[in-house]
Amino acid sequence: MKLLITTWLAALLLMVGSQAQANLTIEITRGSDRATPIAVVPFAGGEALPEDVAQVIHDNLARSGYFDPLPRGAMMDRPAESGEVRYGNWKALDVRYLVVGRASQEGNGYRLQFELIDVSGERRMIGETVTSGQGELRAAGHYISDEIFEAITGIRGAFATRIAYVTAQGVGDNIQYALYVADADGRNSQQVLSSSQPILSPAWSPDGSKLAYVSFETERPAIYIQNLATGQRVRATSFEGLNGAPAWSPDGRRLAMTLSKDGQPEIYIMDIGARTFERVTNSSSIDTEPDWSPDGRSLLFTSDRSGGPQLYRLQLGSGEVERLTFTGNYNARGRFAPDGESIFLIHRGGNGFQVARQELDSNRLVVLSESRQDESPSVAPNGTMVIFATQQGNNGVLGAVSADGRASFRLPAAQSDVREPAWSPFLD
Amino acid sequence: MQFKPFTRSLAIALSLAFLAGCAGKGGTQDGSMDGTGTGTGTAGTGTAGSGQVSGTGLGAGSGQMADSRIPEVRTIYFAYDSDQIRSEFESVLNAHARYLRSNGSARVVLQGHTDERGTREYNLALGERRAKAVERFLNIQGVSSSQVEVVSYGEERPAARGQSEDAYAQNRRVIFAY
Repeated sequence: MKLLITTWLAALLLMVGSQAQANLTIEITRGSDRATPIAVVPFAGGEALPEDVAQVIHDNLARSGYFDPLPRGAMMDRPAESGEVRYGNWKALDVRYLVVGRASQEGNGYRLQFELIDVSGERRMIGETVTSGQGELRAAGHYISDEIFEAITGIRGAFATRIAYVTAQGVGDNIQYALYVADADGRNSQQVLSSSQPILSPAWSPDGSKLAYVSFETERPAIYIQNLATGQRVRATSFEGLNGAPAWSPDGRRLAMTLSKDGQPEIYIMDIGARTFERVTNSSSIDTEPDWSPDGRSLLFTSDRSGGPQLYRLQLGSGEVERLTFTGNYNARGRFAPDGESIFLIHRGGNGFQVARQELDSNRLVVLSESRQDESPSVAPNGTMVIFATQQGNNGVLGAVSADGRASFRLPAAQSDVREPAWSPFLD
Repeated sequence: MQFKPFTRSLAIALSLAFLAGCAGKGGTQDGSMDGTGTGTGTAGTGTAGSGQVSGTGLGAGSGQMADSRIPEVRTIYFAYDSDQIRSEFESVLNAHARYLRSNGSARVVLQGHTDERGTREYNLALGERRAKAVERFLNIQGVSSSQVEVVSYGEERPAARGQSEDAYAQNRRVIFAY
């Protein structure tokens, strides 16, 4: 009876799709020494708009670690189009690329014209007119950032993506947990779920429309799948024991997960449509934290079958299992890079738990993050950055580091502990 | 854990009455307890009857008293990266085992917890391992599997915040939730 009542209470506390905000702000902690100098000139007419789109672009490029945007105060003039550019001024400032543009109101929305200019070649690389609806100016800024990033680096931009994360407020028996999604820059956050019981392990479906996550709202762990647009959700699993670590297959039809219903924590693959389960590991140890290779043919997972946690790769066709990590006695929570050629993981070294990258051909492991208590690495869909959970004082915050470790930034929240970040796939 | 004086004398009275009624049963109970001398969990009872009744009889009788109530100590702690039951907590487990055996309709959820170091899902597995170690102990003591459920919270519900060894030690625990 007691259980029944508390379950009802937990259900009442769930506020699916409410508009509570938990925006994150960005602090760049380390700029890359190899960043390319660029200048994003404030858009002509932009002062009249509710968002400074050029600033959004400037901040995105700075955060990527690939660019070192010129401070506005250092600009000698502010051209609005390529025809107005005095190249000598920008060459004198060692600026390699220049972004110029105009912004204006149009109907119920806005019209943004921008051009990307190669300063040394004195030529326009790309130019486009973008229209945006009301409230979509930041989204337009992310879109333009993606265009600029790809034109210069050849890598698809991931600024117009989103992140999911979990917040926790309070202590002891009075912790309130919430699941959010926000833009990749931490803004525009929306609450997906709130509960007095733990929420963890959010995972984006490959099309970006759904989140799978673990919630203890019934006072038992269960895996849920929630549609972000409609708020509609289903309970995928609620077996006795662990129901954890959901990971979507690249085709979005299956979910790898950890269940301990047969005794030990083992990895299972659920066919979401058929609701059938196939057990794919079989050991007397802990097997957990699965992640699909981008080609869908193998699973990366954590196992302590050798004594401590290490990463293994299971070939789904043959059932063959290969140990991947050998550096140190704690390597866990692996995630494939989008190209499948390297993995990101949590490695315990002399300085505690940190995010590391390991190349799969050489097995060389490189530590990327700097604090002692880093968790839950999640890779941007273009492979350039990894977002992870870290500590700032006694508070959990999100950190991100470029895949080469050269640039990093933090996304602290105003009030709560933030953890369990999950970077969305490309959203188009 | 300590009995209050009033309870203590009540325990003596009851245990004496109980002994008068069915002395034989006490023996069986002791026998199943995997060395009841280790019953320091009922430490209070040991002192309660000293000099008044025989040791064996006391253990069984006052145990019977304790068995009607859920034992007060409901949290045990673990060493780092370990699911071994520390000897100082065996008495606590014994007390819960006695309570559960005596109250067949009682149900307990063993909530396994870890400190915050390491990854969350792996810690959920470690928390489960801790709670299952306690479950095994209870089963060996004759507690029915149907009375015990294991739920791991991993590092998700810390009892203490912060990165001190002290906070970590308080968080590595299994709670008996009735």
